[in-house]
Amino acid sequence: MSEPQVLDLEEEYGLENPVMPYLRKDRIPHIWCPGCGIGTTVNCFARALTDAGMDLDTIAVVSGIGCTGRVAGYLNLDSFHTTHGRAIPFATGLKLANPGMKVVVYSGDGDLFSIGGNHFVHAARRNMDLMVVCVNNFTYGMTGGQVAPTTPIGPTQTTMPYGNFEPPFNLPFLAEACGAVYVARWTVYHVRQLAKAMKEGLQKKGFVFIEALSPCPTLYARRNRLGDGVDQVKYYKERSTIRNGAHTKEVGISYQGDIIVGKFVERERPTWLECMNEHFAKVLGDKYTPYGGSHVQD
Amino acid sequence: MHADPKGVLTGIHFIDGDYAACEGALAAGCRFVAGYPITPSTEVVERFASRIPMVGGVFIQMEDEIASSIAIQGAVWGGKKVMSVTSGPGLSLMMEHIGYAAITETPSVWVDVQRGGPSTGLPTLPAQADMMQVKWGSHGDYEVIALSPNSPQECFDLIIKAFNLAEEYRCPVFFMMDEVVGHMTERVVIPPADQIEIAPRKWTTKPPGEFRLYETTATDLVPEMIKAGDGYRVHVTGLTHDERGYPAMNPQAQDALIRRLKDKIAKNSEKLVDVRMDGVEGADVVVLSYGITSRIVTAALEEARKRGVKVGHLRLITCWPFPAGLVREIASKAKAIVFPELNMGQMVLEAERAVAGKIPVISVPHAGGTVHDPDVIVENIMEVAR
Repeated sequence: MSEPQVLDLEEEYGLENPVMPYLRKDRIPHIWCPGCGIGTTVNCFARALTDAGMDLDTIAVVSGIGCTGRVAGYLNLDSFHTTHGRAIPFATGLKLANPGMKVVVYSGDGDLFSIGGNHFVHAARRNMDLMVVCVNNFTYGMTGGQVAPTTPIGPTQTTMPYGNFEPPFNLPFLAEACGAVYVARWTVYHVRQLAKAMKEGLQKKGFVFIEALSPCPTLYARRNRLGDGVDQVKYYKERSTIRNGAHTKEVGISYQGDIIVGKFVERERPTWLECMNEHFAKVLGDKYTPYGGSHVQD
Repeated sequence: MHADPKGVLTGIHFIDGDYAACEGALAAGCRFVAGYPITPSTEVVERFASRIPMVGGVFIQMEDEIASSIAIQGAVWGGKKVMSVTSGPGLSLMMEHIGYAAITETPSVWVDVQRGGPSTGLPTLPAQADMMQVKWGSHGDYEVIALSPNSPQECFDLIIKAFNLAEEYRCPVFFMMDEVVGHMTERVVIPPADQIEIAPRKWTTKPPGEFRLYETTATDLVPEMIKAGDGYRVHVTGLTHDERGYPAMNPQAQDALIRRLKDKIAKNSEKLVDVRMDGVEGADVVVLSYGITSRIVTAALEEARKRGVKVGHLRLITCWPFPAGLVREIASKAKAIVFPELNMGQMVLEAERAVAGKIPVISVPHAGGTVHDPDVIVENIMEVAR
């Protein structure tokens, strides 16, 4: 089999894709299907990195397993492709070992909320200083379209061949209840808002949760005769309502129903490390060795 | 290099094996532990939680063992020396991440204070029944190192060695304690920091443009290390990967990676052999043992010698890799091997494999819950010496 041909705009026309500096060019083409929205979220993330004006050497991205789990591998940052569901605890260790880093968890809905659900609730409870981006396509893409804890009631999935009958999570509600200090939801139709949310997330201290709804044309949409990626983005456009500050209890998603998007939560809470340092300084006084630098002891 | 005095509690102590292991870890430079409570290992992390605020570092009690076992690996890539501490059921949960540590070559120490199993088994009572689990428990082919202490003093001394080996070989290193060694209290001497040798992390000296994450040479199969934030922009994955660390899912890349992961230990297995020998030369019967069982063997040996048997003792400090060459050599001189273990016969399979039928290898199994009665070992020695 010959290597797939990639149109190199830089070589052909002297143009560079503005996102290219953020990508590992030697890893392109990516694995995502035509019409998939994950790449769009990566574009937004690249924009957010530019707009946040951050030193890229201080940013690490941690992914789990799945289609979105591949994001880490394409970003030209310190990037970690971990095990299924465990991106958050890996990121917790990385952040605590090297608090100077901004650590972003970038993964899918099945990874973060099914197998990884326990880690999500505890990291939010602790207010671990992590930004979690969940690309929610309502399905398990990489394994072939199985039911996810985010699948609305109704659509057919390979492991729900007669339509899903399990109620899904309302992710922003869950995140808020567990203690996230920033909670937003956008779709891949809302690229500017999504990029802005990611920028705000990068600049926010504490547990940040951003849900990005994204089409899975190959499995979720095709199986349920919902058209292609563009049709799904049209659905997002037509049925989304922006309601910043909406009560997260009211933002659950039904099958092809209305979608409430916006920034739902922004609040202040001390992070886990701040709590640790403050508490030990108070109870241990001079005996305590304050912690927080990235100094490495061999 | 020498230990950082900040983590070294120099002096003479009267502490149990769990506490001694914690002190050894601190002396070795461990500054990050993610743990989860489980009997009989909890005292190790309790001690760490109380000591680390003064030393400078982090302890976090995670939501489960799965989280602990991957949080420590995040911390390694953040620049820390780490360990996780558990017992049988927790170790079973950690297995996927043992594989992740093996394939990503994340230096890490895994303390297993063994108890009776399977499942919840005997939470408060000893066993040595995880010996094969640590070797084979995660899926796929890889190698590990496992050390087995038999006293609180060794918990201190040998865990430092475990940390050093983790840095030198970049593989999971298991510290195979058991409930008795963990909870027995004895005199532990902690030397001054400048008398404790510490293996530094194998930091690269190459600049970011020239560094390749998993590049090795023909003679040095262990790649150099970096940490996140230093500008190397590495990609670490549990997928089969090439020298750049990029996913490479084809038989050639798989062959190259898996062979190297095996070879970096296998080719150094002679160097990794660490045993204690007592009267093995010229013995008719040689008893093999490790961990707490080695102390019972000492008593059995005394009795068997009184009864006129020429019996020696080969005690394994390094259980993995198994010292097959040494055991083969014994098989060419002795008449029989006797191998008591606090399990139904695990490491004895390795001894049988090394001996390859040349002399009888007698397993003295024990299902766990207490240690062997020395008389049972004596009887087995007498039986084969006859």
